[in-house]
Amino acid sequence: MANLATEFLGIKSPNPFWLASAPPTDKQYNVERAFRAGWGGVVWKTLGFDPHIVNVNGPRYGAVWGADRQLLGMNNIELITDRPLDVNLREIKAVKRDWPDRAMIVSLMVPCDEESWAAILPMVEETGADGVELNFGCPHGMSERGMGSAVGQVPEYIEMVTRWCKKHTRMPVMVKLTPNVADIRNAARAAHKGGADAVSLINTVNSITSVDLDAMAPEPTIDGKGTHGGYCGPAVKPIALNMVAEIARDPQTAALPISGIGGITTWRDAAEFLALGAGNAQVCTAAMNYGFAIIKELTAGLSLWMDEKGYRSVDEVVGRAVPNVTDWQYLNLNYVTKARIDQDACIKCGRCYAACEDTSHQAISMSEERVFEVIDAECVACNLCVNVCPVENCITMERLPAGARDERTGQTVSDRYLNWTMHPNNPMAKAAE
Amino acid sequence: MTNAPTTPGIVPARLDRQTLAANFSDVEPPMGAHEAVVAADRCYFCHDAPCITACPTEIDIPLFIRQIQAGQPEAAARTILDQNILGGMCARVCPTETLCEEACVREFAEGKPVEIGRLQRFATDTLMARDIHPYERAAPTGKRIAVVGAGPAGLACAHRLAMRGNDVVLMDARERIGGLNEYGIAAYKTPDDFAQAEIDWLMKIGGIATRTGVRLGETVTLQELRAEYDAVFLGIGLGAVNALGAEGETREGVRDAVDFIAELRQAEDLARLPVGRHVVVIGGGMTAVDAAVQSRLLGAEAVTMVYRRGRDRMSASEHELDHAATAGVRIITNAQPVAVHGNGAVREVEFAYTHDGPDGLKPTGETFRLRADQVFKAIGQTLADLPAGLSLCNGKIAVAGAGRTDLPGVWAGGDCTTGGEDLTVTAVAQGRDAAEDIHKTLNG
Ligand SMILES: Cc1cc2nc3c(=O)[nH]c(=O)nc-3n(C[C@H](O)[C@H](O)[C@H](O)COP(=O)(O)OP(=O)(O)OC[C@H]3O[C@@H](n4cnc5c(N)ncnc54)[C@H](O)[C@@H]3O)c2cc1C
Ligand SMILES: Cc1cc2nc3c(=O)[nH]c(=O)nc-3n(C[C@H](O)[C@H](O)[C@H](O)COP(=O)(O)O)c2cc1C
Ligand code: SF4
Repeated sequence: MANLATEFLGIKSPNPFWLASAPPTDKQYNVERAFRAGWGGVVWKTLGFDPHIVNVNGPRYGAVWGADRQLLGMNNIELITDRPLDVNLREIKAVKRDWPDRAMIVSLMVPCDEESWAAILPMVEETGADGVELNFGCPHGMSERGMGSAVGQVPEYIEMVTRWCKKHTRMPVMVKLTPNVADIRNAARAAHKGGADAVSLINTVNSITSVDLDAMAPEPTIDGKGTHGGYCGPAVKPIALNMVAEIARDPQTAALPISGIGGITTWRDAAEFLALGAGNAQVCTAAMNYGFAIIKELTAGLSLWMDEKGYRSVDEVVGRAVPNVTDWQYLNLNYVTKARIDQDACIKCGRCYAACEDTSHQAISMSEERVFEVIDAECVACNLCVNVCPVENCITMERLPAGARDERTGQTVSDRYLNWTMHPNNPMAKAAE
Repeated sequence: MTNAPTTPGIVPARLDRQTLAANFSDVEPPMGAHEAVVAADRCYFCHDAPCITACPTEIDIPLFIRQIQAGQPEAAARTILDQNILGGMCARVCPTETLCEEACVREFAEGKPVEIGRLQRFATDTLMARDIHPYERAAPTGKRIAVVGAGPAGLACAHRLAMRGNDVVLMDARERIGGLNEYGIAAYKTPDDFAQAEIDWLMKIGGIATRTGVRLGETVTLQELRAEYDAVFLGIGLGAVNALGAEGETREGVRDAVDFIAELRQAEDLARLPVGRHVVVIGGGMTAVDAAVQSRLLGAEAVTMVYRRGRDRMSASEHELDHAATAGVRIITNAQPVAVHGNGAVREVEFAYTHDGPDGLKPTGETFRLRADQVFKAIGQTLADLPAGLSLCNGKIAVAGAGRTDLPGVWAGGDCTTGGEDLTVTAVAQGRDAAEDIHKTLNG
């Protein structure tokens, strides 16, 4: 059976699944329940200085649901921990003492000056925690006070604070990045330059999930007003995957360990993060949505998949897909496919027809008997029909072999790799070698 | 409870009131709001959707389902009612398994169609519960139209005519309007007096005067109506019943199924409605199923439905036959009645097995007898009297186009005319289309 035990920044955990810094990790009671359920580690809910912050006393979550009220995305306007610092530190220490085999990372957010960081780091060290995560991510509330994403959006600050932390502690320092930036690589490079041992991402995405059309206010609504909050859950996974991949394939940060976060709900999500370069996986919303018991599906699923694929350890998976993430300009333009409709599987809904006819390339014909067929001379291979078809594998994309004629362009398909940099239509094209 | 299912003869109160109430409650309970949204989400919003074509009234089904999905069942109801003003009744009584739901691509894909009928009911019930009548009358045209027969055909015709600004006089021979909605449809499909509630709601359009107890051919003639009104619409249904042609057919205990059903529908207290211990129903359509099932629900010990041809030729749908089987009705096919035996009252019915060959139905020579103290005949309804001046086609009023009869100014629709299946929804479609044609003819 595949070995799920991981070592991330030298921190051991029995599996690569950590609970992200959030309500599930806010106190001893929750964290012990999580460990009993089987979680590999936690990043404790972000600590700050006393007097501790206060949260709103009205609703703090917004949501986006699917038809059966599946929670597709959630946002929150919660701040960092609202419990006294010493209470948290005491509990962290107790938990780490009782659960030495689990990873215990402490998330921190204090004002942007060296004394503050120099003051809090030793307190954390004293608990026996395995490392710290610098929360440069929260997009709401704390950012208005010059913390959280207010730091994470300025690469110079990231570098500066990271450097202070490395100076004042021997613990591994992980920097948690905000996705609310134009180019995540700048943030990762700054952390790297400041000496970070790893980055973790993503924190939540700035958002308004919905508007109460009676109250005419964003939700969650507090006494008639609402504010932007941090979006998380399945909806943010694609954003997170891209950001993880961007950092993993950036030559400047390629060696920097990444803790992947954002919408991880099943083993498959986690495997995708690992494949794109994450060394482990942090989970928040999925646990909040279903409880800690999901860890059993996560570990069993990942393990089964690894067995099937012959991967013995998590390390063997990490970064496997990174070499295949490239820029658009390097995609092979001589790779020609056409949509193919399996008439036996077709249920005649006509969705492909409506999609292609109304919004794409008029490449699907419809007969009186509701037989739908691809017109090769029009099909640009966009894949839209595949995505709108309700029947899995009914429409597939089939590659035209070299030597075949592409009915749309009238050209013979070449087996030569040809990307945009080499394409004759590109004024800047370099001649193919 | 004074009697039991095993009490001999035709007697009331075979079951206690509580059991009766449970037996005759909603056969398909309404959907809750969340259930409806989830069910609606299964709709693929097909291009040129096959379900629309399969609906005789051509409701834009994908659109109304999408409106439910988007949280506006009232808007969905309008989409339905625009095409079918009796969308509420149709949602309850349509054999959707042979109409829209049979055409649903998910029926084809996985044998589980989108629950169109139940969703339609959810939408229309939601709107009606809010007591919204979403239509208004157009400016008065000054035209007056007589609508004879207040079943689904007449009601749909009257509503559409009134909506277009015409004045309608809706007349019916019966005491209550509604036609078979009121006197025919199985009680468990339309509990809580839904038929009348729907009619009250429909009448909110205004401009429809009702006259009950008026029988065309007796109280008033077609001639007179044509003289008095600008146009006449006939939606008189099928008032007569086919005879068995079996010896002893007039014995005590032998009865038309439609009469029994009408009595049941009008009964204020089901515990007072008599039913036999051994009931035999002859026929293979909806009427036969409804008579058989409701006899069982009233407490008859043994109910047998006998049809002269094979099961595949029965006009009742598989879904209905399953329902009958679940209710404990025994179904015998390929057998036709030859004699009703008894000493005064019926005691047995004798059947001959049949073979349905290339040259028609032939007895095989083998016979059998079924014990019976009550026999219901349900072998089809026919047109009672053809009003003078009209012609017949297949035993029904001949019409062309949108219900035009041979007489100028006279339209007809519903069961009494040729064309379409004898279903509530077909009657609605024909009444509606005739109304549009009448309106156009009269008002240009
Ligand atoms: C027992 C039974 C169960 C059925 N179940 C279903 C079902 O589940 N689903 C379904 O879709 N269909 C069902 N049907 C069929 C459906 O009820 C009919 O197709 C539909 O009612 C036809 O509507 P209509 O308006 O043409 O006629 P009807 O509903 O028959 O209405 C005709 C009206 O005309 C009146 N009338 C008749 N003659 C005269 C006259 N001379 N003068 C004045 N008024 C007159 C009658 O009193 C009646 O009110 C069932 C039918 C029966 C008999
Ligand atoms: C209610 C809530 C509170 C959170 N609080 C913190 C926090 O204090 N510190 C932090 O670094 N991230 C916080 N997060 C962000 C999560 O740790 C995580 O980065 C984010 O939710 C994305 O992961 P997910 O899609 O698995 O939820 C919070 C998230 C939620 C939902
Ligand atoms: S791949 Fe795109 S262009 Fe080709 S048939 Fe499908 S939708 Fe049309």
